[in-house]
Amino acid sequence: MLRRVYVLCSLAVVGMACFPGRLAGQELPYFVTYSHHMEEPGSLDFELKTASGRPHEGDTFLGTSLEFEYGTRAWWTTELYLDGQSTAGESTVFGGFRLENRFRPLLGEHRVNPVLYVEFEDINGANKSLLEVVGHDGAADLVENNRDTHAEKEREIELKLIFSSNAKGWNFAENVIAEKNLSNDPWEFGYALAASRPLRLTASGRNCRLCAEDFQLGVEMYGGLGDRYSFGTRDTSHYVAPTANWNVPHGPTLSFSPAFGLNDQSLPHIYRIGISYEPGQVRRWFHARKEGR
Amino acid sequence: MKLAMALALAAWMGPMAKAADDGWLMRVPEKAHVRSNPMARDTDAAAAGKKMFERNCASCHGMDARGHGAWPSLRSARVQQATDGDLEWLLKNGALAHGMPSWSRLPEGERWQLVRYLRTLPLE
Repeated sequence: MLRRVYVLCSLAVVGMACFPGRLAGQELPYFVTYSHHMEEPGSLDFELKTASGRPHEGDTFLGTSLEFEYGTRAWWTTELYLDGQSTAGESTVFGGFRLENRFRPLLGEHRVNPVLYVEFEDINGANKSLLEVVGHDGAADLVENNRDTHAEKEREIELKLIFSSNAKGWNFAENVIAEKNLSNDPWEFGYALAASRPLRLTASGRNCRLCAEDFQLGVEMYGGLGDRYSFGTRDTSHYVAPTANWNVPHGPTLSFSPAFGLNDQSLPHIYRIGISYEPGQVRRWFHARKEGR
Repeated sequence: MKLAMALALAAWMGPMAKAADDGWLMRVPEKAHVRSNPMARDTDAAAAGKKMFERNCASCHGMDARGHGAWPSLRSARVQQATDGDLEWLLKNGALAHGMPSWSRLPEGERWQLVRYLRTLPLE
């Protein structure tokens, strides 16, 4: 089953990379950390993110997250996530959905740009998309059988305070995360930090597939900060992850990031792959249809 | 309840911001207004800017930069009479309340290349 999912994901990557004639914006190479860059208004972005790993006492899993990101306004981005998960020797299950909204309260570009993030999650215990680490999340949560965890409902509100800056071609982003299960669980906290830079800061005039400016390198660090009753960096997992992406000219953006666990609670490795694809202005499609073009 | 308050706050901030954002040209600081394009004499810059335009701008403004509906033409007098510094400032900051996103994710050099390309467009 896991092999079939890998094959499907690989086909999706190859198919999107070969699909010609579309426009792609410049994306940052982050998987977990958010920056202040919003989706362009009226524009729809599809993204498939995968996270694969193997806990010491468990089986290899592949968490997938299909994202639909829409620029509601230039200062407001809405995103829907559909999560899935496949564990070797077990099963493939639906992990639930998330609906997020991000707002830029300051409309100009500043040295540090804040973004407010609000997300509602209706997921289950089998979710292994690992899009954030909060509370006392650790590798031990990932070894339980899908049959048991799939029945655990987790309805949560997640808030993030995002700070992000651009300087001399670099982007620096810092996220503070607070998550609350809507049952009687305490608030849980986490963090994510990232920095990235394109390989070249000016574009080449040539039409090339492998121009240096289309590649970005960066590093992310993320982890939990405990909960309301036991705040801190102990008894939770932390990762550092070099990350890279390639904005394929007139095609999708391909991203890759191997993450390395920094303590015993962490998975030894997480391998992440992302493909994002922007078919263009949704509003423009409707305008064209109205005018019969 | 808190979620509803956050959404209400965001909805309230939209029109407020719009009122404060009319006339982006008036908001360009003098220091940015007088900046000259460091790529003005780079013979490759217009071609590079055209490439960046097609990737990042054409989905709204059109491949010919003539605009469409709510998306303005970049061949207009308003754009062509703005200084290079004005245009680079607009690309960096955007006019978020009017739907123009910030392109601060592009390195400064690429923004100047875009401005160089905009200068090659004929006035219409």
